[in-house]
Order: sequence, then structure tokens, then C-alpha cells
Amino acid sequence: MFAWKGKILRVNLSDGTVKAEPLNQEYAEQYIGARGLGTKYFVEEVDPKVDPLSPENKIIFMAGPLTGTFAGSAGRYNVVTKGPLNGTIAASNSGGTFGPELKYAGWDGIIFEGRAENPVYLSIYNDQVDLKSAAELWGQDVFATTDALKAVMDEEAKVCCIGPAGENLVKYACIMNEYHRAAGRSGVGAVMGSKNLKAIVVKGTQGIVVEDPKAFMEAAIDARTKLREHPVSGQGLAAYGTNVLVNILNEHGGLPVKNFSEAAVFPNAEKISGEYQAEKYLVRNKGCFGCTIGCGRVTDIPKGPFKSAGEGPEYEATWTFGANLAIDDFEAICRANFLCNELGLDPITLGGTISCATEMVEKGIIPRSTADLRWGDGATLVDLVSKTAYREGFGDELAEGSYRLAEKYGYPEYSMTAKKQEMPAYDPRGQQGIGLNYATSNRGGCHVRGYMTSPEVLGIPVKVDPDETEGKPALLKLFQDLTALVDASGLCLFVTFALGLPEIAAQIRTATGLDLSDEEYLLIGERIWNMERLFNLRAGFTTKDDTLPPRLLKEPMKGGPHEGKVVRLDIMLPEYYSLRGWDEQGIPTEEKLIELSLV
Amino acid sequence: MQVKVKLFATFRKGRFKEKEMELEDGCTIGWVIDHLRLPRRELGVVFLNGLSAADTKQLQDGDTLSIFPMVGGG
Repeated sequence: MFAWKGKILRVNLSDGTVKAEPLNQEYAEQYIGARGLGTKYFVEEVDPKVDPLSPENKIIFMAGPLTGTFAGSAGRYNVVTKGPLNGTIAASNSGGTFGPELKYAGWDGIIFEGRAENPVYLSIYNDQVDLKSAAELWGQDVFATTDALKAVMDEEAKVCCIGPAGENLVKYACIMNEYHRAAGRSGVGAVMGSKNLKAIVVKGTQGIVVEDPKAFMEAAIDARTKLREHPVSGQGLAAYGTNVLVNILNEHGGLPVKNFSEAAVFPNAEKISGEYQAEKYLVRNKGCFGCTIGCGRVTDIPKGPFKSAGEGPEYEATWTFGANLAIDDFEAICRANFLCNELGLDPITLGGTISCATEMVEKGIIPRSTADLRWGDGATLVDLVSKTAYREGFGDELAEGSYRLAEKYGYPEYSMTAKKQEMPAYDPRGQQGIGLNYATSNRGGCHVRGYMTSPEVLGIPVKVDPDETEGKPALLKLFQDLTALVDASGLCLFVTFALGLPEIAAQIRTATGLDLSDEEYLLIGERIWNMERLFNLRAGFTTKDDTLPPRLLKEPMKGGPHEGKVVRLDIMLPEYYSLRGWDEQGIPTEEKLIELSLV
Repeated sequence: MQVKVKLFATFRKGRFKEKEMELEDGCTIGWVIDHLRLPRRELGVVFLNGLSAADTKQLQDGDTLSIFPMVGGG
């Protein structure tokens, strides 16, 4: 096999055994890698009804065929499991350097089964693979754990691990790698914690062989050139990072404020913007493995109560801790984000949960004696990050996510979630297509399953009317399927600002030798999407779950450019089902399953 | 007429963040872009009062015009 390493590690944590097995070539050719391949193994081996935090759940780390190669921005790997936040299929994607190093050690992926009796970590040095005691590491934060494991193996070894949030089974704990990069969503870190698996440290000395080196280099150089020359991937993301979106979404009238309860325009957006961050706090930009884009932010708060240094915040974290909590203190937002990295928490869900709690406190539903939360309180936000990771006081309730919290107090409608996962930084009443994306995303509230903000707000690749519903189901389907292919390949989704299907398919084709047309590669994306859908249906999700909170469907936007709008799922969802080849209940038809070789 | 013009990201360099501009009646979005010497090849989204608008759109007194270079994120 080319580009793939052809080997999978299977680790049984219950009995402590580690086995190498050949990569299933049929799976690889039909599902490519990372999100696709990891999910294929998962759905073949795990009961969809499994309790996510039980030993019967598995957690799979999978790289793609392009991961670690010269392809443009190919540093990604995926963590696949059943997520504890909402019980959907979870494929959590991360950049950094862990995925490439796993390949260099000779492995496409790792399947963890069972539960260790005591805390362990997995040590990989090429073929030398050992489960070791993590007794000394348990309780340590992400940075201390990473430092300790590098000290044991090699300074150049790569580490992915959980922090205290994962150990304490916070429902939205993430898995960090190389200190600051996260497999951030769906609570994959809590699954690691439930298995007493603290970390993986890996060092490899092997290369990756591609099928047609000359053609692959041509395809990769073409992709890299286009990435460098495009204004977004070549200049904008390096200069301002993802946080450049704060001002755009605010001017567009789609930056959610106070738990999506007000007009999506934050008066103090400038003070939390990417421009402000670059002017006041940016030390330099930073890229993941082999990336020409370099969107990462190395940020320093030089003095004051939140004095600290780290990476980020990204746009999503800035919004969730900023506009969504009416906080305009960038230093508090930044500190909260750094703490999420150190303790291993997903900022989107944490901020969304605090925002939901604040609304309920302000409405008198949660007594102030339980939690004295107010809009615009940066110091309390910073305090709550640690309390949540350690489940102290009210943090123990926040650790369950906004849906369980709001349900506990009798008002689940205040949870701004889709399939019980918190929505990110785009009010869908100002963008019909992103609303349909949230409602149909296979892991619930998420922007990186079909990033409709790109055409609806940014005008990439073409500008479409954000208030229009016509044409959105077809465009979203295309975005969802293409994204699934990109995620399976090991490329970063940000390449799609500059590259289309032909450039992406050319790199996979020449690296793997899998001689498929562009359209056949896109069909693999559709196959992955439907495989995820089938898992969720078998797990008990129905068409009733393809929806949004009543606030977004019934309460018109209170002001701004999209005043009076609600999300018209009633118009878009039936057409979306039809385009997908699903019946009225959102179940793939026999004909569609045959077309996708899913029967 | 008075129009509030807001610039973002790289377009601020050597120009301004926000400015009330006194414009003649009938002035278009395209005229403002050229007047400010904003390079067309770098031009991203342009919002007139928060909504996308064409180059040829005539401005009205009290309008807010927001002009971005091509940027992305997520």
C-alpha cells in the first residue's frame, strides 16, 4: 500500500495487550482514512447503543493517507468514538504534529478497547509499543504531562493527552496534542478518561512512500502554490488568524450575543477582534505540520490579573467567551482560552454552557445563591474554567453541558444546542444555510461539517444570499460531502478556501494510487456522511433530532441586518432529505445505500 | 450626504478604521472603493448596512459601508 502505512495498532486496555494488525485495504479504499476509515472500523466493531463512558465503547485515533506527506497542510488526524456529550458518532479532528509522527512510527491508527484498571499511557517508538503506568501523570495538566513524556522518550516525540477535565469525565473534555492543538469537540477526552488512558507519546523514524512520486510532487506543489497565492490562505489567516471573523460576522449581523437572545451584533466587537489581537497581543503566527497557512496565534498577555502566554484564542473561543457572554475584556477571554488548553476543555461548549446558565440566572431560574453569574463578567469566567475542569461547586453542573443543565432546571429550550451539542459562532437566523447545517450535522452543533459561512458571508467560492433558502440544501450537501473527503484525507479543512475537488483528489490519487475520478472521490465523502447517519439512526436518533432550539425557529431576530428572520428549516429540510436520497423520516433509501455500497 | 465607512484587516493600513465621509449625492460603493485606492484584487465582502451590495449601488445619507479584504476563518 502507498501513502497508508498498512498497519493498525489494537490496544486492549482491560488485559493490557498490544497487537499489530494489517490495515483493512478494502476499508481504506472505500473510506480513505482519518474520519472515514476510523468511523468505518468503529461502526463495524461497536454497538451504536453503547454507553459512551463504558469499557464497551472504543476510541480510535486515525491518520489519513496524506497525513505527514508533502501535500499542502496535511497534518491532521481524527479521534473517532461515540461521544458522551450527546451520544452521536464523534469524529474530532486535530492539527498539530501528532498525526504525522504516528505515520512516521509506522502506524495508520490505533484502536483502544476496554478500560485499564489503573491510569496508563501508550508509548510508541516505531515498532516498540508499550502500555506504561501513568500513576505519576494522573492529575497533571496538559502542559506538565506533555513535558514529562517528552523528557522520558525524546524531546522531539509528540504527545497527545487529556488534562484534568478528561480525567474528571467533563462531558466536553478534549484531547490535546503538542500543548495547544485540540481534538476539541464531542467530549472525546472524557472517553479517554473513562478508560484510564492519560496519553499517547510517539516517535517515529520512518518515511511515507507515495505511489507516483513525480505526479504527487506536481500535485502537491500545485496545491501549495495555490494556497500561498490565495489572499485568504496566503495572507489573511497568517496575519489575523481565524479571529478576523469577529468583525465580519458582527458587521453581517450574525455574531450571537448573550446565548442567542439578542440581535447578533455585539457593540464592543472591535475590542475582541482579530485586528485588536494582532495589534496588542500577537507575538507571531504559527503553523501545524507542513502548513503553508500558519493561522495559529502565539499570544502574550504581558501584565495584569490575566498575565499569561499561550496560543489562540481562535474565533470560536473569542466569541463564546466574548460576545456570547457580553465580555469585551480580551485579556480575560485569552486567559480562559489558555486555561482550556491547559486543562483540556472545549471552549465552544464551555462558553455556551456558561452563557445558558447566565441567562437562567438572570431570569431567576437558577438562584444567585447557586451561581452568581452576570453578563460581562470576565473574572468569573476565568474562575469557572478551572472549577468546571475539576468539577468544583457549580462547575460540577457546568461540566455536564448546557442541555443537561437547562433540563435539570426545567428549561431545556435555553440550551443553544443541536443534538445537544452547543452551536458555534454564527446565528443561523442570519444565515439560513448554516442553520440547516447545524440541524443535520452528524455530531450536532458544529460549523466544520459544512461551513456555509464561506459562501453565505465570506463569498468563497461565490457569494450567495444568506437570507435565501433556495439552493441551500444542494449547496450544503456538496459542502458536507467534500468536507468528509477532506477530513478523511488528512488535509486541513482550511485548504478549501483555495483548493477545490480537483486539487484535493489529485493529491490523494497520486499519493495512494487509488485511480478514481474526482466525482468518485466526492462519492466517498457522501458514503462517509451516510455511514455516520446510519450509526446515529441505530443509536436512536430520528428526524425529530434534525432540528434547532425553538428560539431560532420561532423568535425572530431582534435587530440588525437580519431583523425579523427565523431559520426556515420547514422549507429546507424536506428538500435536503430528498437530495440526499433519504425518505421523509431521514432514513437513507435502499437505492441510496446500494449506490454508496453501504449494504 | 454623510456615510460612515468602516475598513477592516489589511485595508486599515495607511488608511483608517472608521470615518464619516461627506459624499456627493449619487455616489456609488464602487466610487468609494476607488477613491480609497483599495486594491480590487484583494477586495472581499462589502456590506451596506450589513447586507451585501453591488459596486453600482448608490449610497444614501446615513448609510454604513463596511469593506473587507478577502479573509476567512472558522
